[in-house]
Amino acid sequence: MIRGVISKLGKGGVSLKNYKCFQRQSLTTEWLYPSYKQPGVSFSTSTCCGSKDLELTSVRYNVERGNYSKVTEADIAEFAKIVPNRLVTDADEIAGYNTDWLRIVKGASQVLLKPKTTKEVSAILKHCNNRHLAVVPQGGNTGLVGGSVPVFDEIIISTQLMNNIISLDDLSGTLVCQSGCVLESLDNYVSEKGFIFPLDLGAKGSCHIGGNVSTNAGGLRLLRYGSLHGSVLGVEAVLADGRVIDCLSTLRKDNTGYDMKQMFIGSEGTLGMVTAVSVLCPTRPKACNVAFLGCTNFADVLSTFKSAKGMLGEILSAFEFLDHQCIEVVEQHLDGVKSPLETDYPFYVLIETSGSNAEHDEEKLNQFLESVMSKGTVQDGTVATDMTKIKAIWGLRERIAEALLHDGYCYKYDISLPINKIYDLVEVMRNRLEKTAVRSVGYGHLGDGNLHYNTTSREFNKDLYGQIEPFIFEWTAQHKGSISAEHGMGFMKKNYMRYSKSEGAFDLMTQMKQLMDPNGILNPYKTLPKQY
Amino acid sequence: MSMRVLVGVKRVIDYAVKVRVKPDKMGVVTDGVKHSMNPFDEIAVEEAIRLKEKKIVKEVVAVSCGPTQSQETIRTALAMGCDRGIHVEITGKEYENLQPFHVSKILAKIAKEEDVDMVILGKQAIDGDNNQTGQMTAAVLDWPQATFASEVKKNNGDLTVTREVDGGLETINVKLPAVITTDLRLNEPRYATLPNIMKAKKKPIAKKTVADYDVDISPRQEVLSVEDPPVREAGSKIIGNTV
Repeated sequence: MIRGVISKLGKGGVSLKNYKCFQRQSLTTEWLYPSYKQPGVSFSTSTCCGSKDLELTSVRYNVERGNYSKVTEADIAEFAKIVPNRLVTDADEIAGYNTDWLRIVKGASQVLLKPKTTKEVSAILKHCNNRHLAVVPQGGNTGLVGGSVPVFDEIIISTQLMNNIISLDDLSGTLVCQSGCVLESLDNYVSEKGFIFPLDLGAKGSCHIGGNVSTNAGGLRLLRYGSLHGSVLGVEAVLADGRVIDCLSTLRKDNTGYDMKQMFIGSEGTLGMVTAVSVLCPTRPKACNVAFLGCTNFADVLSTFKSAKGMLGEILSAFEFLDHQCIEVVEQHLDGVKSPLETDYPFYVLIETSGSNAEHDEEKLNQFLESVMSKGTVQDGTVATDMTKIKAIWGLRERIAEALLHDGYCYKYDISLPINKIYDLVEVMRNRLEKTAVRSVGYGHLGDGNLHYNTTSREFNKDLYGQIEPFIFEWTAQHKGSISAEHGMGFMKKNYMRYSKSEGAFDLMTQMKQLMDPNGILNPYKTLPKQY
Repeated sequence: MSMRVLVGVKRVIDYAVKVRVKPDKMGVVTDGVKHSMNPFDEIAVEEAIRLKEKKIVKEVVAVSCGPTQSQETIRTALAMGCDRGIHVEITGKEYENLQPFHVSKILAKIAKEEDVDMVILGKQAIDGDNNQTGQMTAAVLDWPQATFASEVKKNNGDLTVTREVDGGLETINVKLPAVITTDLRLNEPRYATLPNIMKAKKKPIAKKTVADYDVDISPRQEVLSVEDPPVREAGSKIIGNTV
């Protein structure tokens, strides 16, 4: 069973690089995500942050190195045998892999490996496990909680060259691919056959599907297509000792025993390294409309949401909200991006509909818009039906994170809350930090009860950090929220897991880690607090 | 001022859509493909509305020649701020064979009938890339033309137009009535606001046929074959020192 998959990876795959239709597509989106393109390379020095060299994570957060071996010449020789010519030890070249694009964490790894096959990953991990060498799996390195960046000298295993598409079933829409495929390339690939990838997020131009699955990424289409726990049908992963776990099923239904693939979805590479996935892709909607609306208060945003659910029901594919501070930061820092509305409003709502019949959808959308306008819950707005405008409006929402970085340092929080409480947190925090922070903004996936609260300062400020944490987690726990809705725990949030998880669940997680990675070599210092 | 402006709005395959050649190589696939207003026509609409906002123009009329769905394109123009629309319905084979030569004759007739002082058109449509309709319309009407405009200013009874030409900008004066075609840098088209989208539904669109204008649209040319552009071959890296 295991061998079957490896041989498939070796031969039958379609290399994305040779796939001709991407040229036009990537041109149209490149301008949307310029800074994600080469994580850490193009803007690691001075472009947006103006700060000097980033402090090492281990120094800033006072981390103690685990009891791991150090890489020796003999290890390097062994790696060179496993991944010939795909072993990097040049410090300049590794620099981009040692830090994240947000510039909040920095490691000191000296070895980067770029396997192409599951077999190579297995051989690498087997060696590392025997030698007690710590590793960190890395995809597109677009994470927001420092989960994919080494803390000390962990060996980086990049999925960059594992970018083969293995198969796409025309009938069911099941896509099987290696873990290093870039999300946007996958969406382009399946769209040629009339499907849509069930996941979409701002970093789609560089994030890898393996990383998406490992972090259970949520994103913009979750409202419509659900979480990856549902749409991922199969996972192939390599355990710490090199064993390949083949759960690469393409079946919709499979109740034979424990569903082990779920262990690798959202465990951030601490239980195994994902090497291939199969994903169920729904049929691509033919018609797409985007409306951008202005509201005078948050109660109106909520009432608009209620109307949207009632009147747009099955065609509603995204319901995002952002406050005026988001528009301000985007307009201030990004060229050519501005609100499509002439007047400013305290809150904005972005609604996307996708359906199979453009006329029906438009009629529904018009009825909905007439209703919310006449009720007065929406003051003004615009509707985009051509792709250029649709992209421009989505760009406004998707580029908030990028714009915030231009303030200097960004403190990011990704919180799940009951929908009616969701903006209270922003107001509480804004009052609390009024004197120290440059700005506080709130936006997110309202339809999923997911708030992105961000605050910025000129540079990293320990006092400000202390004012935010753990207060924000305590507040969230009090209001029955989750301290990480979709970003994961990574390095930044791992110590706060108990705010959202019971002792029993936490103990079981620790035992699971013991069982699957007894030496703790997989992505240490992440996800779980304590010794891991 | 009581000037009246006619703008042309063509419905074309959306700029962001990957165009595909039909299996019989006689055209491109349009069924089920997203269409929107030709981007240069959007600029024409925006310019006309700005002239209206400056009180230079009293009324803006949007015209589109094409199938029933062209009315959506006119509706978009009305939502942006045009006052009324004219839809000249041309479908099927006739529409496939429609050329700038035919459209310019129809536009000229409408310009006369509506007694407009100015016709603003996109410099070209992004589907045919002909760049002919504006020039031909001016010729049929025997009006002056100012093509590739990047700035339009009213100057007593004349228009001062800055044109994007090879190697720089050219500024010319044209007497009214005149035909203007828009270039990319003329303006940045607005988003239609919700209240205006609602209002646009009530604005009138006159439905016409080619017969109403007595224009002969029999084909003047025959499509022999439509081909995909050649696939670009992958480049190779040259290793060596840069100078």
